[in-house]
Amino acid sequence: MAKRSAPEVNAGSMADIAFLLLIFFLVTTTMEKDSGISRKLPPMEESEEDVVIKQKNIFTVLLNGKDQLLVEDELMELKDLRAAAVEFLDNGGGENADGQKCDYCKGKRDPNSSDHPDKAIISLANNRETSYKAYISVQNELVGAYNELRNRRALEIGPQQGFRDMNFIEMQKNYKDVNWPGNRKKLEEVIDQIKKEYPQKLSEVLK
Amino acid sequence: MSKFKKKKGGDLPAVNTASLPDIVFMLLFFFMVATVMREDTLMIENRLPSADQIEKLEKKNLVMYIYVGKPSSSYKAKYGDEARIQLNDKFAQVTDIQAFIAAERASKREEEIPYLTTSLRVDKEANMGIVGDIKQELRKANALKLNYTTTQGDVSNNN
Repeated sequence: MAKRSAPEVNAGSMADIAFLLLIFFLVTTTMEKDSGISRKLPPMEESEEDVVIKQKNIFTVLLNGKDQLLVEDELMELKDLRAAAVEFLDNGGGENADGQKCDYCKGKRDPNSSDHPDKAIISLANNRETSYKAYISVQNELVGAYNELRNRRALEIGPQQGFRDMNFIEMQKNYKDVNWPGNRKKLEEVIDQIKKEYPQKLSEVLK
Repeated sequence: MSKFKKKKGGDLPAVNTASLPDIVFMLLFFFMVATVMREDTLMIENRLPSADQIEKLEKKNLVMYIYVGKPSSSYKAKYGDEARIQLNDKFAQVTDIQAFIAAERASKREEEIPYLTTSLRVDKEANMGIVGDIKQELRKANALKLNYTTTQGDVSNNN
């Protein structure tokens, strides 16, 4: 008896089926963008005692209802904010709480500006009518000022600890990366030191 | 010399489409892998502002989303033109946030609760008033880790 060959399956419609699925996934796809500016809110319980902070250690940033930016009671363009914040934070005109001078600051050491990065506070006030985009722009510039100083410091002390050509952002990224081959414990120490030298002190007020 | 005789001219040979399914399947697999199904159906306009000093949010299952924006065109007649809060497919009031946080916490394992982050997805045209109210509620609920979700880009794109 002659061998019966199996009938061939017609695969002509396979492309159509695949196209159908493809179009479904194309339509439902949303490339999720889950990144942003991270902040920590202050806890609810207010400490009763009033802390006295010298006026020169506070850098006031005010955004009014018309999205105008007022820095230390003067109008300012958004693009100048980062430089002004860096100058304020990095001034190092005095001593910190332990009576130490800021030996890593490169500012003007103006006695009328902030004493020490440890004491310098940025106060961000905004109005109920301020638009969210203006607020985010200002937040971004202020975080940028801190990052700029931290990056500079990381490039200074990194090489002594064996982390050459790595700025603060890259240090944090490497620290989170499980596959990073370097010495994590040492890196953590460096990150903590930089965070301590340039602490983010940002207080927010809604007016 | 019929060896080099020209083939019958005229009609073009058909393009071989046998590899078309393979190509399509390749694309299909790419999109299947890259797809994240939207968890919430947005009922509001949500154009995020851009910023460049951003950090990536890790552990997507430990993120709570709060959306703020103007109701989209199909809801405008019913809900008006003011920016509103959306939690889980529904419009909500500021006072609902604490209950929402509690519900989100209850759905997670106990050891994960300290790592929960709130992602604020606020339309760039919204006012800070509503954002300030949300922040106050989050403080009351003791959900202090916050992320202002933005797109990557220069701040000058915000205007």
